[in-house]
Amino acid sequence: MVPLLVPPRLLPSGDSAITVEFSRHIDDASNQRVLALDRALADTPIAGVTETVPTYRSLLVHYDPVQIGFEKLGKKLLVLAERPSPAIAKARRWRLPVAYGGDNGIDLEDVAMTLNTTPDDIVARHVAGHYRVAMIGFTPGWSYLSGLEPFLHMPRRQNPRLLTPAGTISIGGVQTGVQCLAGPSGWHLLGRTPVRTYQLHREPIFLLEPGDEVSFFPIDANTFAEQDRAAEAGEIVAELIAS
Amino acid sequence: MTQLIVTSIGPVSSVQDGGRHGAQRYGLTPSGAMDRLALAAANCLVGNALFAACVEVGPFGATFKAHEGAVRLALTGAPRSADIGGRSVAFETSMTIPAGETLTLGFARRGAFSYLAIEGGIAGEPMFGSLAVNARAGLGSPYPRPLQAGDGFGVKAASTANERRIELPAVADGPIRLVMGPQDDEFADEAKALFLDSDWKISATSDRMGYRLEGPVIRHLHGHNIVSDGTVDGSIQVPGNGAPIVLMPDRGTSGGYPKIATVISVDLGRFAQIPAGTGFRFKAIGVAEAQDEARKFAGLVRNLPDRLRALETVDLNIEALHHVNVAGSAVSAHDAGTWHGMMRD
Repeated sequence: MVPLLVPPRLLPSGDSAITVEFSRHIDDASNQRVLALDRALADTPIAGVTETVPTYRSLLVHYDPVQIGFEKLGKKLLVLAERPSPAIAKARRWRLPVAYGGDNGIDLEDVAMTLNTTPDDIVARHVAGHYRVAMIGFTPGWSYLSGLEPFLHMPRRQNPRLLTPAGTISIGGVQTGVQCLAGPSGWHLLGRTPVRTYQLHREPIFLLEPGDEVSFFPIDANTFAEQDRAAEAGEIVAELIAS
Repeated sequence: MTQLIVTSIGPVSSVQDGGRHGAQRYGLTPSGAMDRLALAAANCLVGNALFAACVEVGPFGATFKAHEGAVRLALTGAPRSADIGGRSVAFETSMTIPAGETLTLGFARRGAFSYLAIEGGIAGEPMFGSLAVNARAGLGSPYPRPLQAGDGFGVKAASTANERRIELPAVADGPIRLVMGPQDDEFADEAKALFLDSDWKISATSDRMGYRLEGPVIRHLHGHNIVSDGTVDGSIQVPGNGAPIVLMPDRGTSGGYPKIATVISVDLGRFAQIPAGTGFRFKAIGVAEAQDEARKFAGLVRNLPDRLRALETVDLNIEALHHVNVAGSAVSAHDAGTWHGMMRD
């Protein structure tokens, strides 16, 4: 028997967007519902909807108020959200190479110390995880992954760094993430991947989609340098193992 | 080939258009003009598509030279002194720079952003349908960065069309209107009342990503961390220090601070043009009213061509225009991301 789903809350984000909120927390069931509504909207477009932005707990629906009003769109979204989730198409599964520790992951040793274990154990645990792209946001290609094992949950840094390297693989709170561009971050840096989740003039420009499954495998610093050059030249150095 | 060459320009000046839509789900911010009505009006004056790319000129001065041919263009947005070879030209009109001559723009006298539309538009390689500069993502064309002296735009030969002016409605000077939410329930009634009943000022540390507000501290009910969700232009997020930030077109696509309210789309351009230090207030309205306003605004933009008039010969020496320092010598590269602070120096 399918449990009765609580309808999401419809919150106005100004006059041209609705936040469809399924939860206030990070939980897998809510993220699945966000992604299901996103898929439903792609399959059954509503006139006036211009784009959607899935996050952990809500779907932001941008629309043109000249074409459709808040009340009418809200009703249509509720109908779609309460529909039983269509059979989920088999998610794509990616394996991303990561050079852990050293200059590539300057927080690995500190994280190990804080959690009373060894850097190797942190890497083994991180590599063992099966993650899903819960959302992409903040900067192009920054992919937030759910599925981090509770042992690795850690509060974010007190003082966020203003500049962290492109390709950084980090953990923060209950999440792990793939950061594409260099930029600020308050997360703990475990390693770097040569994979560009966003790269202009490459097809596809964006590699990962919300809902994709991701796991990591370790590479050494030399392999990283080699693959980084290949990736810079436009090669997709990630492995797609199912789609 | 005829070119419009940037011979001097201050920071926060870039090519902007109607924005880059459709990839926010990948973290790609839309960017686009800070004042869309001014963008559309400038384009309208020279017969371009209304949301075509223009030069968005920040609050400092700039000079543009017509190289190997005349260049027809139009100016709108934040008013400032403007002359071609020493002859004053008016805002909200089209004009032609004769070959070899220079258009000189002073500091913005009111507001921050002016728009320079080039007849025939700006040639470039659109990315996701837009030429808008998003410096952080390395996007934008023909230059994926703010403009610098020496940059140039290839332009077609100037038409011989009569110069025109455009009659825009007077800019409203009432409060900036907003719709409460999406996370207004993260604030107590007293905090919401304080937010709506206080005078606010734009902080000197604002930029194209966000305008920081100075005023009373707005406290959260349950702390300042929420699980990230999507943002829009005009989202007003309240970080831990209780000083609200209004997100602007270069915003991150998601954010983890509660958003107390959202500036309505119609008032975003007017808000973007409020200078640092000037007091203003907010006023909450309902979604339905905000959408009525949005529909009226869409009509106004669509019908801009009806507002074009022949440009009569007018005496442009109405104001004794003092020439301000346009070289931007007071500008430090270190602070290139923000401008209001420098405006107060």
